[in-house]
Amino acid sequence: MATETFTLTSHRKRPVERAIKIALFGCAAFSVLITVGIIYTLLVDTITFFGNVSIVDFLTKANWSPQSGSFGVLELVWGTMIITVGAMLVAGPLGVATAVYLSEYAPARVRRVVKPILEILAGVPTVVFGYFALNFITPELMRAIYSDCGIFNWGSAALVLGLFILPTVASLSEDAMRAVPSSLRQAGYGLGSSKLRVSMRVVLPAALSGVVAALILGISRAVGETMAVTIAAGATPQIAFSPCASVQTMTAYIVQVAGGEASTGSVEYGSIFALGSTLFAITLLLNSLSIRFVKRFREVY
Amino acid sequence: MAVRIETLTRRRSWTTRFGDRLAEASLLAATAVGLIALTVLLWTVLDQGATALNWPFIRNFASRIPERAGIWPPLVGTIYLMLLVTAASFPLGVGAAIYLEEFAPRNRLTSAIETNIANLAAVPSIIYGLLGLALFYRAMNLGRSLLTGALTLTLLVLPVIIIATREALRAVPHSIRLGAMALGATRWEAVYKQVLPIAIPGIMTGTILGLSRAIGETAPLLVAGAAAFVAFTPDHLLDAYSALPIQIFDWVRRPQPDFQALAAGAILVLLALLLTMNAIAIVIRNRYYRRNR
Repeated sequence: MATETFTLTSHRKRPVERAIKIALFGCAAFSVLITVGIIYTLLVDTITFFGNVSIVDFLTKANWSPQSGSFGVLELVWGTMIITVGAMLVAGPLGVATAVYLSEYAPARVRRVVKPILEILAGVPTVVFGYFALNFITPELMRAIYSDCGIFNWGSAALVLGLFILPTVASLSEDAMRAVPSSLRQAGYGLGSSKLRVSMRVVLPAALSGVVAALILGISRAVGETMAVTIAAGATPQIAFSPCASVQTMTAYIVQVAGGEASTGSVEYGSIFALGSTLFAITLLLNSLSIRFVKRFREVY
Repeated sequence: MAVRIETLTRRRSWTTRFGDRLAEASLLAATAVGLIALTVLLWTVLDQGATALNWPFIRNFASRIPERAGIWPPLVGTIYLMLLVTAASFPLGVGAAIYLEEFAPRNRLTSAIETNIANLAAVPSIIYGLLGLALFYRAMNLGRSLLTGALTLTLLVLPVIIIATREALRAVPHSIRLGAMALGATRWEAVYKQVLPIAIPGIMTGTILGLSRAIGETAPLLVAGAAAFVAFTPDHLLDAYSALPIQIFDWVRRPQPDFQALAAGAILVLLALLLTMNAIAIVIRNRYYRRNR
């Protein structure tokens, strides 16, 4: 990386060395090809789809029944949104509280044990969370509150998704809090603050952009997650508030159509690519936002 | 530090101290929720799956009769996928990381590639499924084949492997490169003979963790055309295949308790596979740290 080393090597221009460098560049450039591939394949079928279905109807109408030819995406967006909000209500407070505990209160020994265990939770395949929703959350928790809850309901989907995201939020927030210089904490104690006050009034605000980045990344994960919501929330596109109602998310619809035998080139087939584009746009926006917050945090410390 | 704080807080009034204790207790309780959830989840799976788990269950093929159903084709499919994905993604990913970390000039193109990889790592996995469906299944006409699944998962893990490998390369002290080159090695010779041997445990750890995530993925395979009901194990790359997560999904969707038990049994096998991979990664990591100390 230092300039002297470059001048050293440039004296011996070997063909093999050049070939290797070009091959390695090819590997790196391949990743750009993947992005191009994603955008291209999504766009081609999305454009064909909007040749058949009005883009205005797609974005503004709340009536998703592909069999009768109406593609109003808002019903699916609602499913995705309500489950994401529910999941964040679980993962947000619990994740940040876990992060505060691990970063400010827990002895190093406890942290060394707890953090990897939480990471196991993040490594459990999401299809397993779907199983957990059907076989524990709905019968044991949802039916304890609403005794006549159906087996497919968005409440259970939101709960398991919250558990799935919890470690991500906790781990990234904890990293941000631990990066806060201890001189700030010392100053707080020096002024006679209690540990709680230092955690809440000094560390948390100082780490705020890192915590916000973690929360945004959590939202992005929840929006793009597929299996847990497909299994737990069912396949009823509708705008419903009751946690016992079955809803369908954008991702669940993609799985339903792609797993079935929708013929290539049909409007239904095109619709999953239109949804894919929408999903891609939403998550890309959230991820860039998250990266921006992380950068801001890094600039401060 | 902790001692000094204790003496400071001890002089405070009883109510403040009580509030502080209460806060600590609630933070601890919040931390416990995640741990309890994991325990309950594992217990639910074990409780239901242990009865299904036996040798015929491992070796049997799919069946509509729960007592005769087994996971042999999906288990074999998952292992084949794992081998194919490793073979394709490891050289590509490590190559890309070496270029970015050791060769790339600091310019616009490089930083564009870097941003691109960071973004790819955060793209929802189902989008890769759509890419696999449009590109491998349809445009390249590979159909519902093992190859379609393997290529789709390869694209999915590539960014993860690149990021992990770059971290491992970055951890190698710069003096090693300078030393090698001072003795007349070219850049590539320095990387290949000096840097890579030091970085390889870190690279392997990152790769195994990335692969273990890919193996549990259901959505991309489902969208790119994996079949749930396959009556044979794949013989070549263009054969139809199933995978453990696909089989689990298929069973979980059936309302009968017998099939839920089968799903739990298959989950146990999948978790055992993932745990083994993670254990290997941890062993490699620990050895590496001990050697470097």
